[in-house]
Amino acid sequence: MKSTLRVALVGNPNTGKSTIFNALTGLNQKVGNFPGVTVDKKSGLCKLPDGKQVEIIDLPGTYSLYPKSADETIVFEVLSNPDNSSHPDLVVIVADATNLKRNLLLYTQIADLKLPVIIALNMMDQAEKGNIEIDINALATRLNVPVVALAARKSIGLDELKSAISYSTNIPLQHATIDVESIAPELIKAVSKKLKIDNPYVALQIVHQHENLKYISKEDSLWIEEQEKIYDFHPQKAQATETIARYNFINEVLLDTVVYTSVALEENISNKIDHYLTHKVWGFVIFFLILFAIFQSIFAWSEYPMMLIETVFVWLAELGHTYLPAGVFTDLLIDGVLAGLSGVMVFIPQIALLFAFISVLEDTGYMARVTFMMDKLMRKVGLSGKSVVPLIGGLACAVPSIMSARTIENWKDRIITIMVTPLVSCSARLPIYTLLISLVVPSKLVLGFINLQGLVLMLMYLLSIVMAILVAWVMKIIIRSNLKSYFIMELPVYRMPRWNNVALTMFGSIKTFVTEAGKVIVAVSIVLWVLASYGPGDRIEKIDQKYSSSEITSQYTEEEINILKSSEKLENSYAGIVGKFIEPSIEPLGFDWKIGISLITSFAAREVFVGTMATLYSVDGDDSEMEPVRNKMAQARNAKTGALVFTTATAFSLMVFYAFAMQCMSTMAVVYRETKQWRWPIIQFFYMLVLAYGASFIVYNLLK
Amino acid sequence: MKLSQLAIGQQGIIKEFTDLEMSVKLMEMGCLPGEAVKVERIAPLGDPIAVTVSGYQLSLRKREASTIELI
Repeated sequence: MKSTLRVALVGNPNTGKSTIFNALTGLNQKVGNFPGVTVDKKSGLCKLPDGKQVEIIDLPGTYSLYPKSADETIVFEVLSNPDNSSHPDLVVIVADATNLKRNLLLYTQIADLKLPVIIALNMMDQAEKGNIEIDINALATRLNVPVVALAARKSIGLDELKSAISYSTNIPLQHATIDVESIAPELIKAVSKKLKIDNPYVALQIVHQHENLKYISKEDSLWIEEQEKIYDFHPQKAQATETIARYNFINEVLLDTVVYTSVALEENISNKIDHYLTHKVWGFVIFFLILFAIFQSIFAWSEYPMMLIETVFVWLAELGHTYLPAGVFTDLLIDGVLAGLSGVMVFIPQIALLFAFISVLEDTGYMARVTFMMDKLMRKVGLSGKSVVPLIGGLACAVPSIMSARTIENWKDRIITIMVTPLVSCSARLPIYTLLISLVVPSKLVLGFINLQGLVLMLMYLLSIVMAILVAWVMKIIIRSNLKSYFIMELPVYRMPRWNNVALTMFGSIKTFVTEAGKVIVAVSIVLWVLASYGPGDRIEKIDQKYSSSEITSQYTEEEINILKSSEKLENSYAGIVGKFIEPSIEPLGFDWKIGISLITSFAAREVFVGTMATLYSVDGDDSEMEPVRNKMAQARNAKTGALVFTTATAFSLMVFYAFAMQCMSTMAVVYRETKQWRWPIIQFFYMLVLAYGASFIVYNLLK
Repeated sequence: MKLSQLAIGQQGIIKEFTDLEMSVKLMEMGCLPGEAVKVERIAPLGDPIAVTVSGYQLSLRKREASTIELI
């Protein structure tokens, strides 16, 4: 029993499919998973003019039902299996009117699956500008499907699309396109009979894709394999025959319905922009300047919102100490949870800005140009031009970036990309970098306009990218593969970024960060506070007794006693004991046992570092003093030597350690999901640990 | 003449493909026999190239372009 109609959006990449999806569903959308696979499933509800509600599902963009990458497999899986929980009642095929011929290829394939379809002909305004005249009515009559003209970016045609959806029937009415059966008559008959399929094209596609389809059993798959041999079926030849037949059909259709009044080869605006943006010299200079501008603005624009958040948390802590009854619970809440949270929430502005910039780069089409410029360089080190997107995305977060590596068709290119993406400094390292940089790098201008702190930050990012490339090069030599790598990619025309799309990405990233990171941080902060406040046996009580004896009270002021007492308590707590235990192994890197505790707690997730520092320095310190963790860390001294803990050498060594070490459970989980083998996350974890330790050791000893 | 041999600004008409595997992928992207292709630009490091074909821009490596025979 299904109460609401389910509509799937299908189309080539860069046709404005997601603009239409956003326009139809607005804020009523959610991201889930297709059953059994890790492909993001975006769905949402849409209200039709007649008051009915329909569910809209956005399927991954693809040029054809023959998948070229892991993501695209889902399209045929969902459309061909009526038992799939996402199987649609109606398919809206979004086609780019400026490039109808290529777009109609996917239409003819889906039409032959015999599902009810509507064609949403998007970018009609661009087509008119390009002097392409499309006779919508003739096209609709010729194919016998509803055709709606849209210019989705200008919000033109959306109401018409909605009414077309509400008038749709549940019977596929489209005319047949090509004679599918003639491609492999006996084989199609045999497969149809065995699997009880009444659609010849579904049967043919199953022959092509049986290994990757979830609803085809192992036995059936092996059986199909045998049949392919019996009937001497050559998949590539069959696909070539089919594709040519489909284009013949499309050419006939276009002959009657489209008039090109001028040749579309003239120089357009995009071409002129590309003249500069992909120029031999200027192309790289501009790319570098864009990255430079991004990091400068992340520092500059986030300063005030960050100060505001800091002030709010200090104020909350003061409020808590004033109004809450003194006791263990208040201490836990304020020194544990609140301190941990404030240390991390401060970085929301920076993370939001980084995600916004990356989404602008993708949305405008610039990212595709970066891919184009970098392909040759990337190929030299064992990557593909397409690896640039996961690598740059890695600046925000490795988890979605590793998933985006699915667009890389070649297995070896993809594995190497997955293995090195976590080396690229993600937004979770940003709080650590900014905190440590602000401790040891003075905030001054170099050459009159460059913020020194911003410059050091950018160098950290460059270092991480250089390391990713070096490691990729080593892996290229180690990993063997004889699969062919190829690079055939559309260069979309430049467009203005869709600001609401950028805003959606930004708020989405904040939401995920606050909820996902927040949960971990609160939990770790509580555990840490307990471990830092209690110790084995009666050690803690003994310290209390020691400092209340008259011998000591006469010697020091009350303030000094408090500091001495709490630092001795921390040293004797469970956390202190663990930190001291690993201290010998991290001493060569310039870390003391407190940093050791942070390293341990942040092995699950890096963002915990700042929270841990905040908790540790709140436990170890004067209660009455309310100040941001940065100031507390700046004053921290080694108990034994009395020297400052965070010297330049230690701070940089620590930054380098965090840059290279794999301290993210989510990344390891996603690497396993994407590669389906534990060996890859395990190899990744250890090579990164070795790299981090070695690099930190070198940095510390060079700067010491 | 192969597509990979054209200089920037030159154009030709696709005749056939010399690699079956590549031909299927290229045809899906609109590179069809009889279609006009024009080399728009070459990436800063000499590879890949960007061509205009069936009304849009496609980038492909020179090795891939060398499987496309022109009239």
